[in-house]
Amino acid sequence: MSQALTFRYEIDGDDFTRAGEASSSMKNKLKQLGLDSDVIRKVAIAMYEGEINMVIHADGGKITVTVSDTEITMVLSDTGPGIPDVEKAMQEGYSTARAEVRSLGFGAGMGLPNMKKYTDEMQIDTTVGRGTTITMKVYI
Amino acid sequence: MTIREMQEVLDARFLYGEEMADLDVEFVFSADMMSDVLAYGSRCSVLITGLCNPQVVRTAEMLDIVCIIFVRGKMPDENMLALAVGKGIAILATEHYMFTACGILYEHGLRGGA
Ligand SMILES: Nc1ncnc2c1ncn2[C@@H]1O[C@H](COP(=O)(O)OP(=O)(O)OP(=O)(O)O)[C@@H](O)[C@H]1O
Ligand SMILES: [Mg+2]
Repeated sequence: MSQALTFRYEIDGDDFTRAGEASSSMKNKLKQLGLDSDVIRKVAIAMYEGEINMVIHADGGKITVTVSDTEITMVLSDTGPGIPDVEKAMQEGYSTARAEVRSLGFGAGMGLPNMKKYTDEMQIDTTVGRGTTITMKVYI
Repeated sequence: MTIREMQEVLDARFLYGEEMADLDVEFVFSADMMSDVLAYGSRCSVLITGLCNPQVVRTAEMLDIVCIIFVRGKMPDENMLALAVGKGIAILATEHYMFTACGILYEHGLRGGA
């Protein structure tokens, strides 16, 4: 592949049962492209954590994934409430998730640190009341 | 230990993916919080859980987990099982509680991976 490939997903914020569809579809596409399974797993975990966050914290959003010869770039953007204190949000165990989210198996405050752990670059741009854009790269 | 052997020692039922019965597994993670599975379970090929919703199957898919074991009689519905199709995930259900299910597998040589 010499030209970068781009994949776009709309994430529905109302339907927790469908959360993860985009990450599942992306994982499949990366497999079809014949990428290394470790690279695929890193992308899948990071994107899934981000997708779940969009559903439980931001009422959905958009994900764009670009695959080039050297890296996979994921851009997750939402128009949710934004993150007031990013440093705090990046700490393991920090979560504002409601009890209902916890009963669904999420809300332990592990997602953002995990996204950082599984990617080679991660940047968070967020404005309270406006939304959040998270850009992550995994090198191939 | 194979998936079939786990099924036998746990008195479990195959709900999906019986064709994977001969696959060998080694490391197991058990939790009801999918947050924890995603954070700590990436070396494991088996997930034992008492949580029963579609995100359990999605989480397993992202981590390349090959077998989900639902404990204390939890029964995934058709929609959940459909999510495992084509993903290389076998699904078992046992009446044992979490602690007992883990203990039995540990006794048979399986270990935690985190
Ligand atoms: N897209 C987002 N919009 C608004 N707030 C967010 C967003 N993503 C994360 N946050 C905030 O950052 C906190 C930490 O996020 P993180 O993903 O680490 O944990 P969590 O989602 O609460 O729990 P877990 O990821 O373990 O299920 C969240 O509780 C929430 O307050
Ligand atoms: Mg999260």
